Amino acid sequence: MKTRYSFGGDEHIFVEVDEEMSLEAFFKSLSMTTAIREAGIDGITEICPANASFQVKFDPDVIAPDALMERLKGFEAAAENAEKTIDTRIIEMPVFYNDPWTHETLMRFRERHQDPKSTDLEYAARINGYASVESFIEAHSGAPWFVSMVGFVAGLPFTYQLVERSRQIQVPKYLRPRTDTPRLTVGYGGCFGCVYSVRGAGGYQMFGITPMPIYDPKGERSYLKDLFLFRPGDIIRFKPIDRETYDATLKEVEAGRYQPKIASVQFSLDAFNADPEGNNAKLLEALDG
Amino acid sequence: MADAAAMFEVVKPGLATTVQDLGRPGYYHLGLPISGAMDRFALIAANRLVGNADGAAGLEAVFLGPVLKFSADAVVAITGATMPPKLDGVEQPLWTAFAVSAGQELSFGYLKAGARAYVAIAGGIDVPEVHGSRSTYALGGLGGYEGRALRAGDAVKFGVSAGSPRLGVTIPEDIRRNAPQSGTVLRAMPGLYWHRITEESQGTFFEDEWKVAPEADRIGYRFKGGRALDFVPREPPFGAGSDPSNIVDSCYPYGSIQVPGGTEPIVLHRDAVSGGGYFMVGTVISADMDLIGQLQPHQPVRFESIDMDGALAARREEKARLNRLGEFLGSS
Repeated sequence: MKTRYSFGGDEHIFVEVDEEMSLEAFFKSLSMTTAIREAGIDGITEICPANASFQVKFDPDVIAPDALMERLKGFEAAAENAEKTIDTRIIEMPVFYNDPWTHETLMRFRERHQDPKSTDLEYAARINGYASVESFIEAHSGAPWFVSMVGFVAGLPFTYQLVERSRQIQVPKYLRPRTDTPRLTVGYGGCFGCVYSVRGAGGYQMFGITPMPIYDPKGERSYLKDLFLFRPGDIIRFKPIDRETYDATLKEVEAGRYQPKIASVQFSLDAFNADPEGNNAKLLEALDG
Repeated sequence: MADAAAMFEVVKPGLATTVQDLGRPGYYHLGLPISGAMDRFALIAANRLVGNADGAAGLEAVFLGPVLKFSADAVVAITGATMPPKLDGVEQPLWTAFAVSAGQELSFGYLKAGARAYVAIAGGIDVPEVHGSRSTYALGGLGGYEGRALRAGDAVKFGVSAGSPRLGVTIPEDIRRNAPQSGTVLRAMPGLYWHRITEESQGTFFEDEWKVAPEADRIGYRFKGGRALDFVPREPPFGAGSDPSNIVDSCYPYGSIQVPGGTEPIVLHRDAVSGGGYFMVGTVISADMDLIGQLQPHQPVRFESIDMDGALAARREEKARLNRLGEFLGSS
């Protein structure tokens, strides 16, 4: 893992923890950003963790850029040796896979897709070696996901699945981005999943839709008072639901009664690496228990 | 509804007129950009003219001004783009505080230079604060007037002035920033993923003339017309994607210059998307960000390479401009 530091103009320092994605790089980035936040350095105005990198925004009138750069580098060794354990939450997200709304949208933009004759799910299942869409959905929903970054637009989680690299799902983005994506589409591009927090343009493959809002610009929903549901480091379980459950959940959401299922968990990267499936089973138990 | 009269009605909205202040820092890690005036100096100057605090909310009107009918007396100032204001059809001076009487209509002539005009009203525009700011973030439907650009028929309230407006005072031209002309230069610090392009492309990027593309808005400004960039060959890192311009999705600094496919640079601005999977060649320095907000489509620009010392010197010059504004208003 080779970590690289660069100034992003006179107000940002950009740190690429690693060129490639891995849970190790994500954890190192998270450890460094947590330690930097706790250090309370004067002049730092924002700390933004990303998948395998992070960014610090600062005021060069308060702290000299070179001095801040040296201080940030000083956090690297400790982050490498830090215990890779975090206290976090697991959140269940109901997903209606193969739903009519993303289906209508993907049909509308078929000429922008690698494989206009298949649906996004059929294409993703095939190129990842799954015999059927059903078995692909089983893999997608079978193991939990880390929220490895929140961004692009307000409240949008990027997710990375908690499985060995050989089992990671990978799909290219659309050849040309769509100009429309339904709000709350569960999408996929590269090795990352995402949930579109708002309706808009997008290039990720579309697998389904969740009835559970994750961003509320007015802060009116009880669990979205501070507007955003997800934070980097959260864990998500995608739970397949059918049309009937989707409609019923949507009713609860609209009546303002819906509460997401959330449990506190501890995640240890070493424990995960030693036994991915056993560790995942324990995470999911926390939700079901 | 004691202050129900202190408002204006939007007769015509203009092209994309939004409520903006100096922005909403602190939530970029959750994908919420800072927003706020693209040309901050212009908004601050307009606010000071009408006796507001620097961070009071005003209007940002791009390319085409709105028509506003006032239901109460007000003091306003228009700065930024050269888009001459009119009161009931009579032209008024730019960069000057002037009085508006209840029942009068504020409209704008055609844009002559620049891109964005700022309208400050004594008392500031009174929309609810969201996370400490009244700025509109239209992509996320947040802040401002119902999270969107103004529409005809909207009734927009403004507050009660606490300061003293500088009626009739005009900010002299040498304190204003001149609207960008041909030969505009955007200074940028190479960095981020600069090493991904060949030495030759590192040269052409700064040599070539680029033109502002029609896709230029509060999220970012796209440029076209320069030579395409060539990449240093690589084995795609896991998770980055197969295109040579792809990276493992990372944060995007404000002002960062991404070049999808190596062809058309995009400089992210106040409503930036906070991250994504395109490599960046560097970052426009903070001192030149206001200037981008005044660029029109098709306008030619060049990028100029600058180091940190140069960027900090440019930053001090912008501070000095603000100080001159303060001294002028303090003494006039």
